Amino acid sequence: MKVASFFAQHADEILRATGEHVWLVFWAMLIAVAVGVPLGILVTRRPWLSKPILGGANIAETIPSLALFGFLLPVPWLGDRAERLAIVALALYALLPIIRNTATGIEGVDRAVREAARGMGMTDGQILWKVELPLSLSTVIAGVRVATVLTIGIATIAAAVGTGGLGEFIFRGLAMVNNELILAGAIPAALLALAADFGFSLLERRFRPAR
Amino acid sequence: MAHEPHTEVAIEFEDATYRLPQGKTLLRRIRLRVAPGETLVLLGRSGAGKTTALKLINRLLEPSTGAVRVEGKSTVEWDAIALRRRIGYVIQEAGLFPHYTVGENVAVVPKLEGWSEDRQRRRVRELLALVGLEPEEFRKRYPHELSGGQRQRVGVARALAADPPILLMDEPFGALDPLTRGEVRREFHELQARLGKTIVIVTHDISEALLLATRIGLMDAGELRGVYSPREFLNATDQVAAAYLAQLRVLEEAGEEK
Repeated sequence: MKVASFFAQHADEILRATGEHVWLVFWAMLIAVAVGVPLGILVTRRPWLSKPILGGANIAETIPSLALFGFLLPVPWLGDRAERLAIVALALYALLPIIRNTATGIEGVDRAVREAARGMGMTDGQILWKVELPLSLSTVIAGVRVATVLTIGIATIAAAVGTGGLGEFIFRGLAMVNNELILAGAIPAALLALAADFGFSLLERRFRPAR
Repeated sequence: MAHEPHTEVAIEFEDATYRLPQGKTLLRRIRLRVAPGETLVLLGRSGAGKTTALKLINRLLEPSTGAVRVEGKSTVEWDAIALRRRIGYVIQEAGLFPHYTVGENVAVVPKLEGWSEDRQRRRVRELLALVGLEPEEFRKRYPHELSGGQRQRVGVARALAADPPILLMDEPFGALDPLTRGEVRREFHELQARLGKTIVIVTHDISEALLLATRIGLMDAGELRGVYSPREFLNATDQVAAAYLAQLRVLEEAGEEK
């Protein structure tokens, strides 16, 4: 029961760190969606861009997170503030599932539906906004779901460059060989991830088109 | 939609050839005129070029050489969107929007054309009744709650929504089971006279062609082999026509033996 009493004693600190964590993830996801969805659409419009865009996102995904934070540190404006750097790095990680799912969702729209839309005299923009995006929304959300869970985990590592968040406990705990401290970071992070996963799964189902 | 002064030819193919970018020719020098108000059925086997010909009319494809004229104007001179709004389009799988209700599906083009809500609603009711679907019962349903035959009826209603002078139908009854197909086809036959539209239908079904056509355009391997009235077709000496007629005869004989 040592862990429980530790949590009770440090409730304030844990809450503050959780808040910081959510804040980091929120901004990272916002940027990732704002960049990833248009890129996903672009991939379906210009197939020759598919390789470079998905390839690039794939490479970003394979860089070890600690190393990526290190790489970005000397970048002028980015390296000035730890949060800035962490948010951009996290957004880079979140990109791949979002781009891929957006493209998959749009490509998965029934060929007959798209052809009917074109044949009725819908413009490309109308087809995108009224047909393709609504019909692929649930697939896009599934990508955001995966990316969010991923980002909540990686955001703990951002503490290494001084962003705060739940990772702080984990790094401190590792340094001091203190399991309670590590768990004080790991358990809330895991709960956050589960909550995000559940929340997005509800959204995903809500927007799944009936077949 | 405002109707332009009547031209004598609604649709005209002028030596229209369609070649794929890779060079394969799908359609070779088609010459064909469709008069306003007539129903032309393009008959042929899969790969004969029927669907390609149809898509040249609403400019889903553009001819590689030659021209296709709609109401006297080459399709490439038309604004593609304006052209398609003047042409109803029905495809085999209906292509209804799964996230729209039946009513919303029918109202797609009227809405794009900026009709008032009230006018849209009235039109939806009118059209659902026209294709034999009780408006109050079906308006709010989604496509996945309909049978294949009902979906196809909605597809026809949607194509007619903005009262286009021309209607293109690509195997409109092809995905239906034989009994439903016969039913929907007969209903459409009755509708045809009332609509007074220029209609081009693509099919590989000889009995469908004979029932619905004022003229039959026989296609094979990317070429138009001839254009016949249904009566002329029954006496045609063309090889491909003869093959279709033989098939018809087999069916009749099988019927007589029973």
